[in-house]
Amino acid sequence: MNHVPLLSARGLSKRYGARIGCEAIDLDLHEGEVLAIVGESGSGKSTLLGLMSTQLDSTTGSLRYRRRDGVSVDLDHLSEMERRILLRTEWGFIQQDARLGLRMNVSAGGNVGERLMAVGWRHYGKIRNEAQDWLARVEISSDRMDDAPTTFSGGMRQRLQIARNMVTRPRLVFMDEPTGGLDVSVQARLLDLIRGLVAETGLSIVIVTHDLAVARLLSHRIAVMRQGRIVEIGLADQVLEDPQDPYTQLLVSSVLQV
Amino acid sequence: MQSAAAEMLRIENVSKTFTLHLRGGMYLPVVSSLTLHVNAGECVALNGPSGTGKSSILKMIFGSYLTSSGSVLVRCGDVFVDVAKAGPLEVLALRNSTLGYVSQFLRVIPRVACIDVIAASAREDGCNENEAQARARSLLSRLNLPERLWGLPPATFSGGEQQRVNIARGFAAHRPVMLLDEPTASLDAINSAAVVELIRERKAAGAAILGVFHDASVRDKVADRNVEIQPVERSEVCD
Repeated sequence: MNHVPLLSARGLSKRYGARIGCEAIDLDLHEGEVLAIVGESGSGKSTLLGLMSTQLDSTTGSLRYRRRDGVSVDLDHLSEMERRILLRTEWGFIQQDARLGLRMNVSAGGNVGERLMAVGWRHYGKIRNEAQDWLARVEISSDRMDDAPTTFSGGMRQRLQIARNMVTRPRLVFMDEPTGGLDVSVQARLLDLIRGLVAETGLSIVIVTHDLAVARLLSHRIAVMRQGRIVEIGLADQVLEDPQDPYTQLLVSSVLQV
Repeated sequence: MQSAAAEMLRIENVSKTFTLHLRGGMYLPVVSSLTLHVNAGECVALNGPSGTGKSSILKMIFGSYLTSSGSVLVRCGDVFVDVAKAGPLEVLALRNSTLGYVSQFLRVIPRVACIDVIAASAREDGCNENEAQARARSLLSRLNLPERLWGLPPATFSGGEQQRVNIARGFAAHRPVMLLDEPTASLDAINSAAVVELIRERKAAGAAILGVFHDASVRDKVADRNVEIQPVERSEVCD
């Protein structure tokens, strides 16, 4: 494991006029690491995810990423072209609302194959085979390959979104409440799938969730956000079993036991 | 392999105090000035009434509780890592190479079959898929878990069955330092005996084991030494 962080934020802030989205975020993500960002609605966790994934521009601060070729790049000073290449070849993004992460009128196979074409695959048979492989890995049967995701359930759409992202073998995937709004049985299946992908591929993930149980099952570390700041960060089990910050203690003690 | 005398775990002057912010910043001391060590091939039992912080001690060593003061030294190869001062990544690396922990409760992803839960632990220990499955099957049969349950997720299992899955998971990875928190709490005599055998085998293989065993007969069969944990003076102080 390389000890130089994969992604490194320093003093990252986002202000909307006088309102704070995120303030003074220092955060390192390492290779193979799953980092959960937790907090209540409006705590700034989605803003932070947007900043880290360059979907939002920061007001101040810096963000560096170590590419597959070992070169560390300053993400604030990337040209639009370079940024797009990075998004296509090294990163993935799983949206809570699958409709934002998929092309709803393109077939499932097309949704996956499209990403391969974007990185230069040209041979139709190979693209179709690779797409079929990934659909199988996310448990979408081949007889649904030519159906559009409009005909899929919520859980299937999320699995398709994962296949679409994973087919280009990203090193880093950002996830925004990927299990939000799903039935618990569907959620369990998705968590199982994500865990398997991390174990097999050494993928790094930044996942935003308000569900502490999801954070615990998936992540190595948890960052707790409140009012745009990280109030506590540490090993997932430590943050949940021995929280130090008053707000984390409140958050943890507010979870209903099953 | 470590020589029989090698010190694997050394706890020096360790204290733990919770600060309960929801109780007006009340300080709750749970462990005070504890010092102990465990050698390779040795099992040490933490004894004392409940509520004296025995589980907290194990959690501080595993890193799921922070240590308020003192040092928690775990041997990793030729060096000692101080868990009390180590960062999250160091603690994770220590867990992946050195520290095993069998907690009182099983915590797994709901849908995964119990045999896969255990095999995953063996894979993390460096086994290939076949070895991992073989290790999982062997542990489950030694712990008398009916084979018809192996393919099912453990969520619906009884307390004793879940605990056996938890133990199998803990023992599927051969870690040089093992922490056992009441591993036989909900087991009958036959299954307790199976756990005793597993502990003896790990000791013979050179593992250093620190455990909490409420069951005195199990403790007497596995522990080489006992450490009595004194209740901490509960002078509950507010800010």
